[in-house]
Amino acid sequence: MKIKVKYLARLREALQTSDELLTDLDDPLTVNDIVALLRARGGAWSLELDDTRAVRVAVNYEMCDRTKTLSDKDELAFFPPVTGG
Amino acid sequence: MTLTSPPSPRIKISVQTEDFDVAAEMAALRENNAQVGALALFVGTVRDLTHADHAHASPAQKTENHAVSSMTLEHYPGMTERALQKIVDTAFSRFSIQGATVIHRVGVLKPTDQIVLIAVSSAHRADAFDACRLIIDFLKTEAPFWKKEETPQGSRWVEARASDDTARKRWESRES
Repeated sequence: MKIKVKYLARLREALQTSDELLTDLDDPLTVNDIVALLRARGGAWSLELDDTRAVRVAVNYEMCDRTKTLSDKDELAFFPPVTGG
Repeated sequence: MTLTSPPSPRIKISVQTEDFDVAAEMAALRENNAQVGALALFVGTVRDLTHADHAHASPAQKTENHAVSSMTLEHYPGMTERALQKIVDTAFSRFSIQGATVIHRVGVLKPTDQIVLIAVSSAHRADAFDACRLIIDFLKTEAPFWKKEETPQGSRWVEARASDDTARKRWESRES
């Protein structure tokens, strides 16, 4: 399956990527599985997506936790805690 | 419109670069609605955050950190409007209110600029105040906006505050 991934705010800068399309993924996968796949790239990917970092996750524009199961063509987003208002 | 049918809820949600006119938004919220007896509003503005955050810094550090020349508000298009709608829906489900307006600006803002407007109309003040506060407390922790400050020393992302999480959690223990 394919998953669109977006990185926002500080994470976009740290990872130097705003979005990407992950293809040929196993089905089913959870957000945790995608995180493991991304962290395996090493460097900033490993550091920024570590469990100890405050990273929020949204799937199809709804915040959720990392145990969420993904479906084909979902949009997954990673971002820091929000600071609006 | 008949006198017996209650007016439908008046909801406005906007994410925009332009400034907003508080008086005009308040007028629109109560226009032609004689059921409204109370309007509550919250306006958030850009502070010189660096200066405030270093209240305990030495005078030299304060001088060094003094100026925030501007701030950039980023958001997550697509998610932002949904998150705000969900928050407004929560306010309607928990309080007896007639209307709600949420306007949040994005892009480059300067100290003293208006950032956010929350306005709520209701028959009575208690629901208007509570709904207004719920919306801003939820927005602070659930709406995908991020602030980046520009200073003469460079730019930096504003860190989330634990006090905002505390304010949000207070609503979970309250009976509605």
